[in-house]
Amino acid sequence: MDLTLFKPKTVYVTYIATTPEEVWQALTTGDLTRKYFFGRRIEMETKPDGAFRLWQPDGTLDVEGKVVICDPPRKLAVTWRVMWIEEMRKLPECLVTYQIDDLGKVVRLTMTESHQIELDDKMLEGGRRGWPVILNNLKTLLETGEPMPDFDFMSDAKQSLDEMKEAARKYPGDEG
Amino acid sequence: MQTPPKFVYVTLIATTPEKLWAALTDPKFTVQYWGGTSLESDWKPGSRIVFRWRDKIVHDDTILKSEPPRLLSYSFHPLQFEDEAIRAEQPSRVTFEIEEFTGKSAQQGPVVKLTVTHDEFPLESKIFPMICNGWPGILSSLKTLLETGRAIEFEW
Repeated sequence: MDLTLFKPKTVYVTYIATTPEEVWQALTTGDLTRKYFFGRRIEMETKPDGAFRLWQPDGTLDVEGKVVICDPPRKLAVTWRVMWIEEMRKLPECLVTYQIDDLGKVVRLTMTESHQIELDDKMLEGGRRGWPVILNNLKTLLETGEPMPDFDFMSDAKQSLDEMKEAARKYPGDEG
Repeated sequence: MQTPPKFVYVTLIATTPEKLWAALTDPKFTVQYWGGTSLESDWKPGSRIVFRWRDKIVHDDTILKSEPPRLLSYSFHPLQFEDEAIRAEQPSRVTFEIEEFTGKSAQQGPVVKLTVTHDEFPLESKIFPMICNGWPGILSSLKTLLETGRAIEFEW
């Protein structure tokens, strides 16, 4: 896979008072992701070409992809195809990369969402809203042992979800 | 056409708008998460705000908007650099917006969304890349301080 085809579109950096190993565990273990990733459970074969799936609490397949880079506890990259929104399944998969830097008493976690095609800003909005919530919740979980209180994050996100579906309909499929 | 650079960072913190406001405006808090920097002002629109670091004034700026505990904005003009070109760069602007989400259950406290927008940079700003590196560390440490009572101990 030619990773240079993927251009970074959304980057989020957070510093967490923990160890790189704890961050790696939290990113790759289903019992931990369900605590901070909107209740979603990750299933991942942590090796290059390994399968990766994210499941919603009710068993709906959320995201599907493959492990591209697996360098524990420093770097993890997976291809990422959104499955739970019908309009988005046909889009070329994107790439999500986690870089974990050990700075002594603190870890710098950098999440980069990269895309192979030019995308409408409306289609990037889901990730730009969601990643800060997910990664701040991960930080709270690792620093305090519990995630943040459950709050109604979707209360003002309904309109942007509709706009994202509408924009996704304009792209042709990539099958074949 | 080139557009001037703009930095936006969103963080979510398990706290209240009032506690977050205090952490942004009380030097007792700022010294803990802002690399030892004390932010001093009466926090009224038009008032002076200074950043003090080891007894030196490293910013001398003006409060642009202040609506506790939801909105704060001030000019941003670092003075601590040797490089004359950096010191001569026009002041930029930083804005803090605070929004509260109530918890889904009555036993749990609220979650506060803090959006930091840093803009009004010149096209070829030398300061812009530095603030892009700086804010995530400062704001991560602010979150840790509010949620655990202790800021992050950075070693750099």
